[in-house]
Amino acid sequence: MTEALELPWLAGDGPEAGLVISSRVRLARNLAGCRFWGRNTVDDRDAVLRQVERASSEIPELAGASWHRLDALPRLSRLWLHEQQLVSRELAGLDPTGTVRSGAAVLADGGQAVMCNEEDHLRIQALMPGFALEGARQAAERLDSELGQRISFAFHPEFGYLTACPTNVGTGLRASVLIHLPALVLTREIGKVLQGLSQVGLTHRGLWGEGSEVRGNLFQLSNQTTLGKSEAELLDHLSRLVVEVMGHEQRARQVLMRDAPLLVEDRVWRAWGLLRHARVLAFEETLNLLSGVRLGVELGLLPTLGWTTLNRLLVLAQDAHVARSADTGLDDEALPAHRASVVRRMMDGEVDG
Amino acid sequence: MSACGDCHEREASVHVTHVEGEQVVTVHLCGQCAAARGIAGETPGEGSPLGSFLAALGPAITTPTAEANATATCPSCGASLADVRATGRLGCAVCWETFARSLRDLLRRLHGATRHVGEWYDDPAVEDAGPRRAIYERLRLQDALDRAIELEAFEQAAELRDQLRALTEDDRP
Repeated sequence: MTEALELPWLAGDGPEAGLVISSRVRLARNLAGCRFWGRNTVDDRDAVLRQVERASSEIPELAGASWHRLDALPRLSRLWLHEQQLVSRELAGLDPTGTVRSGAAVLADGGQAVMCNEEDHLRIQALMPGFALEGARQAAERLDSELGQRISFAFHPEFGYLTACPTNVGTGLRASVLIHLPALVLTREIGKVLQGLSQVGLTHRGLWGEGSEVRGNLFQLSNQTTLGKSEAELLDHLSRLVVEVMGHEQRARQVLMRDAPLLVEDRVWRAWGLLRHARVLAFEETLNLLSGVRLGVELGLLPTLGWTTLNRLLVLAQDAHVARSADTGLDDEALPAHRASVVRRMMDGEVDG
Repeated sequence: MSACGDCHEREASVHVTHVEGEQVVTVHLCGQCAAARGIAGETPGEGSPLGSFLAALGPAITTPTAEANATATCPSCGASLADVRATGRLGCAVCWETFARSLRDLLRRLHGATRHVGEWYDDPAVEDAGPRRAIYERLRLQDALDRAIELEAFEQAAELRDQLRALTEDDRP
């Protein structure tokens, strides 16, 4: 059962698509007069959901969006939504000991999503392909404005948008880019770059957000503070630093090609060979191979390959997506074989087509 | 130069503007009295956000003003400052008012700022947002003024000060 999945934020036609996979802006909002997560009850969370359901049904931008009640979904479906970056690990109840809280839901449409009953009542997010923070901000703000005209948000003249955690208060805005930095990792310059970023108010995470490890040389860079700067200033600061990081990565690539061209060429061709011919693939290995192929295409060492295929594989090669496409369960021991088959099919389609 | 509003002896070096109810209040304090109130001076935040969070709330408990704060519970959700410290989370919107004093110091450490200067939100349920909006505008001007002084942009600072004065006079009955 292969679903024709629309993942517009993984389209390969965004700005700086080779380096930046996607851009995301999320806004944390709480409903006025409702207790926050941690002190609210099942009924409180239901009330939040009802208000959002009512408001969203009147918003044209959300006409095509679907509701997913995480508290009524099996683990496979929750993981599937998480793999598409539409819900956080916490809301999807994916931690080993974690359970799904009542009222956990997401309203999603392509790259737009409204998470309900996360740490904040609402987490409004917009994802865009490539380096497109401004576009993501506009999309998130449109949703925010439409919802905010119909529901009262908790807002304070001194503190701004009130959130459960003081780290999100003010604008409630967290912007991030998912960026591919293989040369900085290979030249071991990455530590210095990340340390520099943390000193100027940026933080980094792995592909799946908070608490996730960095894998496949993919980093999520985002603003650390949300208060004391305007939305535009926060975005501008992040954008300028992302441009700087891209410059560092490009210079590191030049160094690699100058000092170790054969090593780089061997590495990217091996990645190419394995992705196209392996019969069993673990996801972590797949991510690393995809990173090698991505680098090879960018350096002109490998045949040209559309970014869309490489981007989509970041999601389609994950466990829940592989299990669904093979019509099997997450505990199927043959999952790595199914994954290799998904990868081969997509790579062959790209090369032959 | 003005004298400290608490001890009335030393020269004020810390100026703190915040909201109390519907009023914007600016307090001028000397370094010692500011520290006694739990307002951080030049000490940067250390370690993780949670570490800074606990550090910010911790020592304040020992000061007399903060003690009242520590035993206070939020009238809306019942959370105490101890609950907030334990979880790192506020219980509801009213907690932000109830524990405002402790939170301001924490915000300064986490964000390097205590005031929202981003966009204003028009609440559909509030008929007359005027008074709340005036507070927000005044805080924004104050913030811009502080920044201008920091950057030694005195001409701009003078303009902002005049605008701020005009706003304050408008509010007088």
